[in-house]
Amino acid sequence: MIFADAFAWLVDPVNWSGGRSIPVRVGVHLLYCLGAVLGAAAIAVPLGLFIGHTGRGGVLLVGGSNALRALPTLGLVTFLYLLMGGGPAGVLIALVVLAVPPILAGAYAGVQGVDRGVVDAARGMGMTGAQRLWQVEVPNALPLLVGGLRNATLQVVATASVAAYVGVETLGRPLLDGLRVLDYGQFVGGAVLIALLAVLLDALLAGVGRLVVPRGLRLSAGSRRRGVELAAAAAQPDAGGSTA
Amino acid sequence: MGEVVDYLSDAGTRAALLDMLLEHVYLSLLPLVVSVVLAVLLGLLAHRLPWAKAALAGTANVLYTIPSLALFAIIPAVIGTQVLDSANVVIALTLYTTALLVRPVADALDAVPAHVTAAATAMGFRPVRRFLAVELPLAVPVLAAGVRVGSVSNISLVSVGALIGTGGLGVLFTDGFRQRYLAPIVIGIVLTLLLALVVDLLLVWLRDRLAPWTLVGKP
Repeated sequence: MIFADAFAWLVDPVNWSGGRSIPVRVGVHLLYCLGAVLGAAAIAVPLGLFIGHTGRGGVLLVGGSNALRALPTLGLVTFLYLLMGGGPAGVLIALVVLAVPPILAGAYAGVQGVDRGVVDAARGMGMTGAQRLWQVEVPNALPLLVGGLRNATLQVVATASVAAYVGVETLGRPLLDGLRVLDYGQFVGGAVLIALLAVLLDALLAGVGRLVVPRGLRLSAGSRRRGVELAAAAAQPDAGGSTA
Repeated sequence: MGEVVDYLSDAGTRAALLDMLLEHVYLSLLPLVVSVVLAVLLGLLAHRLPWAKAALAGTANVLYTIPSLALFAIIPAVIGTQVLDSANVVIALTLYTTALLVRPVADALDAVPAHVTAAATAMGFRPVRRFLAVELPLAVPVLAAGVRVGSVSNISLVSVGALIGTGGLGVLFTDGFRQRYLAPIVIGIVLTLLLALVVDLLLVWLRDRLAPWTLVGKP
């Protein structure tokens, strides 16, 4: 029974101490994810807000970010790792590249989707462009923006596991090592840990989202994720438009 | 660039690339087809039974959260397939795509106006035919939007399967990494992007054939 072996691996004290223990790998995994999401947010949030606010370059942005969505994660990680001559920099850049499109889509769709009547009312009240952006558009965009951050986190957590293939000590390591030495308990145990980490992080961000999103703007749980993706898909022109 | 040309100059390599491409198409599009059927059936269930809708939405959200590499490894442990079987990848991608599609399909069915179904009933349509001829076609635009997202994501995710022994273009990445050779990796990335583009154009074409009324008023 594979799950019994996986459980035995998960509770074996040997795996909970030392430099290659589960806690160390969880820590490394989280550090990569945190760095990548923060880096990507620093690029994508201002860009998405700017494009959503001015309405300039939206078509280009949606097309470009959908093209990035089709990038194979393993290909990008191996490519950048070799290109940068090894080390963590290549992996980190790959994670940032993959985290940018969902955040960008969330920020752009959030600002762009604000009811025009609301924005016009703000303009009619004499608000300047900056006031409209910060006091009207950004608060209204928060549900989709947070949704975008959640999607980016999921993408990064998944890719950081894949990146163990090039040698970084993330949670993908025990899974891939288990497969190599045919230790299926470790293989499945590692997979369970990755899944748990992803589900917990997502729940955590959902909680944060509830705290920061103004009351009255809360979307139902299911419409969030699809909202971002389908909004991005729908905002696309059909003539020659494509997600790749 | 020169490296890529060198790599492609060998006829044996080109034949191997074609095989990988075809396997990639099979591994990414089979789940897409299966999950459209599953999502329509489950969406219908969710449309009829509110409690099923909540349960399906919850399951779908959790499933969608699990990283692909982890799901590829957990599936054989749950259903007893071989660890290196490519069926694991097909099943995992089917689960993801179905999770993506169920809710929009259910919402689209919910959105069919009552007078439309009433008119169909009055014209003598029995429930099954009414579903296939009236309600389902009206859900096509929504379904198509979801399928486009799913196809891009499947085409990109299949490569991760190379880490657990599945074929497809992902093999180019593992081979390239082992030999410290960028050419196959670059070709793998470019072919993946091109494949996603071509499939997306086909899906748009198919949607316009299946739901021609959405074209009315467009230039």
